[in-house]
Amino acid sequence: MSAIAEFPSAAHLTPSSDGDSQLLEVSMGPQHPSTHGVFRMDVVLDGETVVKLKPIFGYLHRNHEKIAEDETYLGSMPYTDRLDYFCSLTNNWAYALAVETLAGVQVPERAQYLRVITAELTRLQNHASLIGFLMQDMGASGTPLMYAFREREKILDLFEALTGARMMCNYMRFGGCRVDLPAGWLEQAKQVVAAFPRFLDQYESLLAGNEILMARTQGVGVLSRELAINAGITGPVLRACGVNYDLRKVDKYGIYDRFNFRIPLGDHGDVYDRYMIRVLEMRESIKILEQAMRDLPEGPITDPKTKVRNFRPKPGEAYGRIEAPKGELGFYLISDGTPNPYRYRVRPPSLINLTVLEDMCLGRNIADVVIILGSIDIVMGEVDR
Amino acid sequence: MMTLEPLKLEIEANVPGCRLEIIPNPSSSAQHSMLIDAEHAVAVATFLRGAPHHRFDYCSNVTGIDWPAPSKAKETGDALEEDVESAEAAATGYLEVVYHLYSMELKHGPVILRMRTQDRATRVHLPSLISIWRSVDFQEREVFDLFGVIFDGHPDLRRLLMWDEFTDFPMRRDYVEPDDYEYEPTAHDKVLLKTMQHQGGTA
Amino acid sequence: MDEALKHELGRQGVIATSMQELYNWGRRSSLWPLNFGLACCAIEMIATTMARYDLARFGAEVFRPSPRQADLMIVAGTITKKMAPQIVRLYNQMPEPKYVISMGACAISGGPFKQGYNVLKGIDRYIPVDIYIPGCPPRPEALLEGFIELQKKIDGQQLTGDNRPRHLNAAEPSEFPIPQFGEHDLKPSKNPDVWHPPLVNISLADNDDSGTA
Repeated sequence: MSAIAEFPSAAHLTPSSDGDSQLLEVSMGPQHPSTHGVFRMDVVLDGETVVKLKPIFGYLHRNHEKIAEDETYLGSMPYTDRLDYFCSLTNNWAYALAVETLAGVQVPERAQYLRVITAELTRLQNHASLIGFLMQDMGASGTPLMYAFREREKILDLFEALTGARMMCNYMRFGGCRVDLPAGWLEQAKQVVAAFPRFLDQYESLLAGNEILMARTQGVGVLSRELAINAGITGPVLRACGVNYDLRKVDKYGIYDRFNFRIPLGDHGDVYDRYMIRVLEMRESIKILEQAMRDLPEGPITDPKTKVRNFRPKPGEAYGRIEAPKGELGFYLISDGTPNPYRYRVRPPSLINLTVLEDMCLGRNIADVVIILGSIDIVMGEVDR
Repeated sequence: MMTLEPLKLEIEANVPGCRLEIIPNPSSSAQHSMLIDAEHAVAVATFLRGAPHHRFDYCSNVTGIDWPAPSKAKETGDALEEDVESAEAAATGYLEVVYHLYSMELKHGPVILRMRTQDRATRVHLPSLISIWRSVDFQEREVFDLFGVIFDGHPDLRRLLMWDEFTDFPMRRDYVEPDDYEYEPTAHDKVLLKTMQHQGGTA
Repeated sequence: MDEALKHELGRQGVIATSMQELYNWGRRSSLWPLNFGLACCAIEMIATTMARYDLARFGAEVFRPSPRQADLMIVAGTITKKMAPQIVRLYNQMPEPKYVISMGACAISGGPFKQGYNVLKGIDRYIPVDIYIPGCPPRPEALLEGFIELQKKIDGQQLTGDNRPRHLNAAEPSEFPIPQFGEHDLKPSKNPDVWHPPLVNISLADNDDSGTA
């Protein structure tokens, strides 16, 4: 077949036995039910086997970085909500951390606790929804996602009571948080957190030992430790390969050194491990939440010395990063002394985790591609920005 | 954050001929960076990744920055309207690429490397570090797409975010966006200003 | 037919209706949306279909991945210029009668990302829109409200006469030109047959300076 010569990367695959197979180029996306938004892949198939896979981005490139250069520092905060629109609070924190590093702003104690509480709640709802979507990709249509969203709604209710918005919370400020907890919030949050392990148990009893789940995920999309590090993979996908790198432990940003929690690590680096890592991370998040809500001190929630209006950091630059639910979310800011950042760069974990998508998919079936993509956990708002 | 002076001496000892310059960072973050020359960039990166007490095995972040010569500073507030003549500005100034390195093995960092192009018009070539870190793959493509830096040695240097037919580099400071502000139902003054300009009025 | 008589007959167990009512009732009660999300609003759209808000109560739970099987397009999210041709193509592939809900500020006008060089300033520049739902993102209740408004709109359609809907009028187009990727922008940047910008008089005279009015 002349078509094969055009794709030399197919050389390492065994050719079909009948010798007359044709390579088929399939464009998956940008409108596709299982590409998690407007993601597109050009997949070359030999039969059902993936021979080549090239991701194509930009269908949600909405120029966040360019717009931010025209906004004040605070004016970009609502835009960060819309990066990874599942996790607006961790996005807020990453950006606030970068600006605080740049301007040398201190964050009061209570605000640090509030940040931890909201960020870990965000991690809970992100991982729960991700598992629901992963099951959806696997063909468990509807039910697991509905269970996940049922739990997500409970957490969104907390966000709404605290910040006024379900998804776009816009909660953190440089040197603190925007509002304090409303009356009764903490009790409600404690109830939600206390009830969450039961949901996890139920979910796990339905899924973790499920034969179809294991057959579809174990040994699928294996990522080696060396490649994962070299390709800059972060977050649960990295830890599923067994690399112990969690910024909550490495950087100890905020007050994470005060909490007693463990970092779950995988062994095989396959889709199943990535799924299990997220389940275990949710259990650890619950531990952090319980400690944080127990120890929450009274006090101010913003640093009174930080200017709200006319906030001009000194010239210089800073890179701030946190462990977002999807991986290392970093903001790189360059200030030239004006109220707007000279350069504003987002280090998107979703985009960089996609670097190894082709490596994980080569030689697998087209149906596995959907699961592997689902297990990376991407959100297009962050991939394309 | 380690001071860069010993690291600079060490690199100079191990990569003969390389020219390094420490760019101080006066802000509170004190994240100083190191400007490396393009010819020895790959060698420096190889050394940083391989040296057993550094082991910068993880390149986290790649950023493109546009520094057109006249507007580098001194502009305040909203006076960012680009009055720079693009042809003139392209010959001066430079594009810069910043790499943030960390070590996953030894859990330290960041070491910040910078590279600069010679100008903004044609001599915009820089070596790609993809042979050292795969993580720069999409990020260098993005810098190429939005800033126009050409990374020599990148195996797949295509536009990442914009479509292939696109010819501009939109993240450059002198980029002129298409004028499609016919009608904007918004209270945003800057947008209203653009709409007025579209309709032939002036502010 | 007299409404009172119809009501009375209904109480006696006799259903009297007209062709138009039956036709509109059928269409509005089983709208099949296209399974298609763009950005943040799509998550709220998914939340709307889930157990808590349950779009199925209004007959629209059958999300179809193929445009050939769908008759409602919920444009949920920011439309970038790179994505706009695909959306017009999907719209063209949907069979008549078809409806468009423009969900969220971005789909209406570009929303917060209006200043972006790659952001289309409203999907109504290329295809006709039936319902606009403002919000960033609109809450699920807002999507339900918009959906009910669409049902009301369908219910009020006349099958004959000059005001009959587009799919019953052979002279009206059901497909629209797909924009092409240009060197700087989409070509054309709008479809003048579809989009008529309202003539408004913009003035910044009352504002003392930009941004702090």
